[in-house]
Amino acid sequence: MTDIVLEARHITKAFPGVVANDDVSLSLHRGEILALLGENGAGKSTLMNVVYGLYRADQGEILIEGEPVQLSSPRDAIRLGIGMVHQHFQLVQPMTVTENILLGSEITLGRTPFLDFEAGRQRVRELSVRYGLSVNPDDVIEHIPVGVQQRVEILKALYRQARILILDEPTAVLTPQEIQDLFRVMRELARGGHSIIFITHKLREVLEVAHRIVAMRQGRVVGESLPESSTQATLAEMMVGRKVILQVPKGPAHADQVVLEVRDLSMSATRGGVALKDVSLEVHAGEILGVAGVQGNGQTELVEAITGLRHVQSGAISMNGSNVTAWSPRQRSSMGMAYIPEDRHRFGMVGSYSVAENLVLNTYHLEPYSRRGVRDDAAIRDHAEQLVQAFDIRTPTVDTAAGSLSGGNQQKLVVARELGREVSLLVASQPTRGVDVGSIEFIHRQIVAQRDRGIAVLLVSAELDEILTLSDRIAVLYEGEIIATVEASQATREQLGLLMAGVRAPLNA
Amino acid sequence: MAPVETTARRASAGVLRRRWITAGLTLLLLAIVILVDRTSLGDGPLGILFGIGVLRFTLRAAVPLIFGALSGILCERSGIINIGIEGMMLAGAFGAFAVKSHTGQLPLPLSLALSTLSACAMGSAMGYLHALLSIRFRMNQIISGTAIIVLATGLSTYLFDPDWLSRGKFSDIAIPVLARIPVIGEVLFTNGLLTYLALAMAIALHFLLFRSRWGLRTRAIGEHPRAADTMGVNVNRWRYINTTIGGAVAALGGAFLVLEAVGQFKESMTAGRGFISLAAMIFGNWSPLGALGASTLFGYTQALQNQLLLSGITRVPRFFISMLPYVTTIVVLASVVGRTRAPAAEGEVYETE
Amino acid sequence: MADPLDQRTRFSRWLVRLAHPLVSPALALVTAFAVGAVTMLLSGDNPLTAYWGLLQGAFGGLDALSRTLRTATPYILTGLSVAFAFKAGLFNIGASGQFLMGTAASVAVGVLVKGVPAFIHLPLALLAGFAGGALWGAIPGVLKVWRGAHEVITTIMLNYIASLFTSWLVYAGGTQGQQPGPLSDPAAAAQGISQTGTILPTAKLPELLPDVLTRVHWGLVIALVAVPVIWWILKRSTFGFEVRTVGENMSAARYAGMRVNWTIVLSMAIAGGLAGLAGTVECLGLHGRFAPEFTGSAGFEGITVALLGRTEPVGVLLSAVFMGGLYGGAAKMQFESGVRSEIIQVVQALVLVMVAAPELVRVVYRMRARRSEEDTAESKLATGWGG
Repeated sequence: MTDIVLEARHITKAFPGVVANDDVSLSLHRGEILALLGENGAGKSTLMNVVYGLYRADQGEILIEGEPVQLSSPRDAIRLGIGMVHQHFQLVQPMTVTENILLGSEITLGRTPFLDFEAGRQRVRELSVRYGLSVNPDDVIEHIPVGVQQRVEILKALYRQARILILDEPTAVLTPQEIQDLFRVMRELARGGHSIIFITHKLREVLEVAHRIVAMRQGRVVGESLPESSTQATLAEMMVGRKVILQVPKGPAHADQVVLEVRDLSMSATRGGVALKDVSLEVHAGEILGVAGVQGNGQTELVEAITGLRHVQSGAISMNGSNVTAWSPRQRSSMGMAYIPEDRHRFGMVGSYSVAENLVLNTYHLEPYSRRGVRDDAAIRDHAEQLVQAFDIRTPTVDTAAGSLSGGNQQKLVVARELGREVSLLVASQPTRGVDVGSIEFIHRQIVAQRDRGIAVLLVSAELDEILTLSDRIAVLYEGEIIATVEASQATREQLGLLMAGVRAPLNA
Repeated sequence: MAPVETTARRASAGVLRRRWITAGLTLLLLAIVILVDRTSLGDGPLGILFGIGVLRFTLRAAVPLIFGALSGILCERSGIINIGIEGMMLAGAFGAFAVKSHTGQLPLPLSLALSTLSACAMGSAMGYLHALLSIRFRMNQIISGTAIIVLATGLSTYLFDPDWLSRGKFSDIAIPVLARIPVIGEVLFTNGLLTYLALAMAIALHFLLFRSRWGLRTRAIGEHPRAADTMGVNVNRWRYINTTIGGAVAALGGAFLVLEAVGQFKESMTAGRGFISLAAMIFGNWSPLGALGASTLFGYTQALQNQLLLSGITRVPRFFISMLPYVTTIVVLASVVGRTRAPAAEGEVYETE
Repeated sequence: MADPLDQRTRFSRWLVRLAHPLVSPALALVTAFAVGAVTMLLSGDNPLTAYWGLLQGAFGGLDALSRTLRTATPYILTGLSVAFAFKAGLFNIGASGQFLMGTAASVAVGVLVKGVPAFIHLPLALLAGFAGGALWGAIPGVLKVWRGAHEVITTIMLNYIASLFTSWLVYAGGTQGQQPGPLSDPAAAAQGISQTGTILPTAKLPELLPDVLTRVHWGLVIALVAVPVIWWILKRSTFGFEVRTVGENMSAARYAGMRVNWTIVLSMAIAGGLAGLAGTVECLGLHGRFAPEFTGSAGFEGITVALLGRTEPVGVLLSAVFMGGLYGGAAKMQFESGVRSEIIQVVQALVLVMVAAPELVRVVYRMRARRSEEDTAESKLATGWGG
């Protein structure tokens, strides 16, 4: 009598210091693709983790097919036909596709404890054919591209006969063509009676694939609409709660002399990494060179080679005319290289240190912060007070532990440290990953402002939108090679998408 | 897709080549041993290096290391670092001895069986404690392991009574037919029960780890616990189970020392074997058969040390000869860099919220 | 015109804050002693007389106090050794080997260097002791950064090697025609005793207050000075900032341009030097010679001392005195109550468990978790074999 397959009623979930879900209600119909739209930290993932049994709600109830259910672990969710594809893939890297799919619901040889690999492989092949999700059952996960890994994730859910699929930010790691492919699979699944919750913050995709859109902000549901009656602007306003300027004001570039030059850079792959093959690029003063590419195609390796964190096997890196290939990270930094790392928790800061200490993390040894090996805390704090003002870092005091700041403010802290001194080159790797729209706007403006001041900017990002918005020229990295460099003004999304997938389109530029 | 396939093929070619090398070396060694055993070559230094005596002692020295390394694999494959093997082994040795010396009036086989069970009970208690501290009470696992060692050392010394006496050990059982194979029969098929158990357990564990449902789940929770959890595998339950069993397995190493090798208990009699077995586990790349091989290598250094001391070489001070196993451990540990791979989630507390 | 009530609450709040870092360790100790008592009851001993004897032996009178301070002296230094390595994210269970190597180096100087005045000889012997431990400590540091060998296994192996090496140094020779070791005292060797000759008076650490405290020597002062020195290095110096950053987040340290490898090796060397100094003052101040009874067990107690002291130098000082009382009073306890002194090792293990698992104490006393307590020092320790 009802075609509502899943309903969440008045869900409240609090973590120490933050209410992640505040009285959230939501329903999902059979055969529907429901987009759950919201910024980072809006509470989308928390809600879905409650539905999947990973978190237990403080209040509220979940109904499946109209029946209230207890979800105290993923086991319950699986039993009730819920499958989830997490933003960070839940795949065991050194195991095969089949092993990953079977895990937890294994097929054994009769009543023995031993696995029936042949039957497992067979089942994976069947599912793979039926849903058009092509995988090789015997491939080891760490050897296959992320796009294929995502298919494995979806197959895991389908193998467990999920009728309700939750896809958490599934497009973040895909090329535009792979995204189209995913949407095709999603539509087919929906036609076949599956119901899908599609979590995202990308407006274009919502409009393209969703049947219905629900927006969340600060732990609450703040609006609902249909794609037919929405535009990117109205969705952005619903998501952020104010008018958003989607374009960063940016004039033409005034490119000057070469600041960074990379010549025929090669290095072999480390475990789980990618080899670089004869990478060459130039970044001029006053321009932004964007490096586009699907995550895991050598971006980390390239950035770490340029910043001196990794040794290169052959090739040369020069900066302002000096060959810096053999220089340490500190020498490069004092030469005027600023670096915003892709993973701020691992590299960018020490969470238990104060804001002030983090702001001198790479200059602590210089005067006036250190005199003959002794720290000058007064100078360190003065410096911090200034940067906190200048870069609008929202922190109670400069002595507050950096780890307790919000993601956006942590990233501003890193940006402030790198740009708060005289530099001639900025290497920014995924500078806005996981931060809120307000901070994204701020960081984007800062990057453009630095360019306009005559600084050379190398921007590495997996977000094609970010690359297209900020770059003056775009280089595409595919399997450790730069397969094309194009003028941003002439680049199209489709063309870049093909390049990111390794298709060397004939360029008549 | 092309480069992906080549990587995979290259990897399997590497494995294949390593197998050929291992097989070749084994055959070569066998040829040398038979030659040394059957000819007059065995009278000189070659006899010390490759004689039957040193080989038999190698296996005896390897058995506690095998048990220790298997214990390490059980724990670490499921994500719990076990520095405390030394303590679990010691607890097992004490547990075995305490029961053995109080059951002297029972028939020897029964007394030995009870003593072995007691060792396992002590070991699993230590293993469970380690799991409890590291999972429930979120203690750093390296510290927890250290605490296990201090606790086992303290308890075994405090409770030990020097008046306790133990008579009788597991004696060698020659396996029919197989024991009559020259050299191999003497080394491999004329041993005590616990030695056979160690060899069998290494082989069985290898198959269970890579072919069974339990093994799949164990490897998954040691590598990516959240992935296992989202697929409905109860991560911490398996960690408790594996670590507790791991404690019992390590204790068998201690039981071997008391019930099959020495016959008595001495304070701190494990003498670093727990740590050497950790090195064997690492050298064997967290695979049971690899650990078996690595333990044999370390056992060989101990046997060699023993043979050298017995042979009465006087120019080199005996202290330096005694360093052999410890130095080898460091050298081996320093040489495997980049060639082994620890379970990725090792040492991390797994919490759902 | 402050409100008196307000002042009082402020005072009590201040008191709570002052006492707060002590609450958890204190409860941990109480629990450890309680469990120790149960152990004694189970094995038929009387815990009350045992603990009374222990208290007497540790703090009952000047003699007991002297013994406690004497025992605590090396613990302060080995505790600092383990704590310093912790700050760099390293687990130094090799303090006992470093202790032995430091001792051997200082004794060599104390016995073999002749005809120099005390003001040169004594500092030279101390320096040699520090250097011996530092070199031995640097080895696992180098193996870690150069070959990725985990320090837990290498330091343990180096403990055994150090023990064999120092045994050889003092070996009397004999069986199977083995030659005596280079530091063996010929007179003692003739009687089959393996030990060195007596350290020359010029290298001896004098007694501190001979009329008040029995055999408490200037080594205590050296240890007491080391506490603020280590504190200063960690908290005020640029190098200390590097050490702590490497320990907290190695990737961030590398990113910030710090010389991570060098910092690790140097931290291990300093940790080793402190442990070596512990053996040195023990030898120069107390025993006057090196004999095989020297086991370097103070190195292992250093782990408990460091963790009980929450890896802070001042905490290490307090917990070293506590542990000094525990081990110093053990003999008296056995004499008074007949309980075997080995129970102290059990108590020590329990202390280690209780202090290293704050969550355990919290559960036992139903305390609420505090965010600031989440980050215990040991949580920053490496959690894997690295590579």
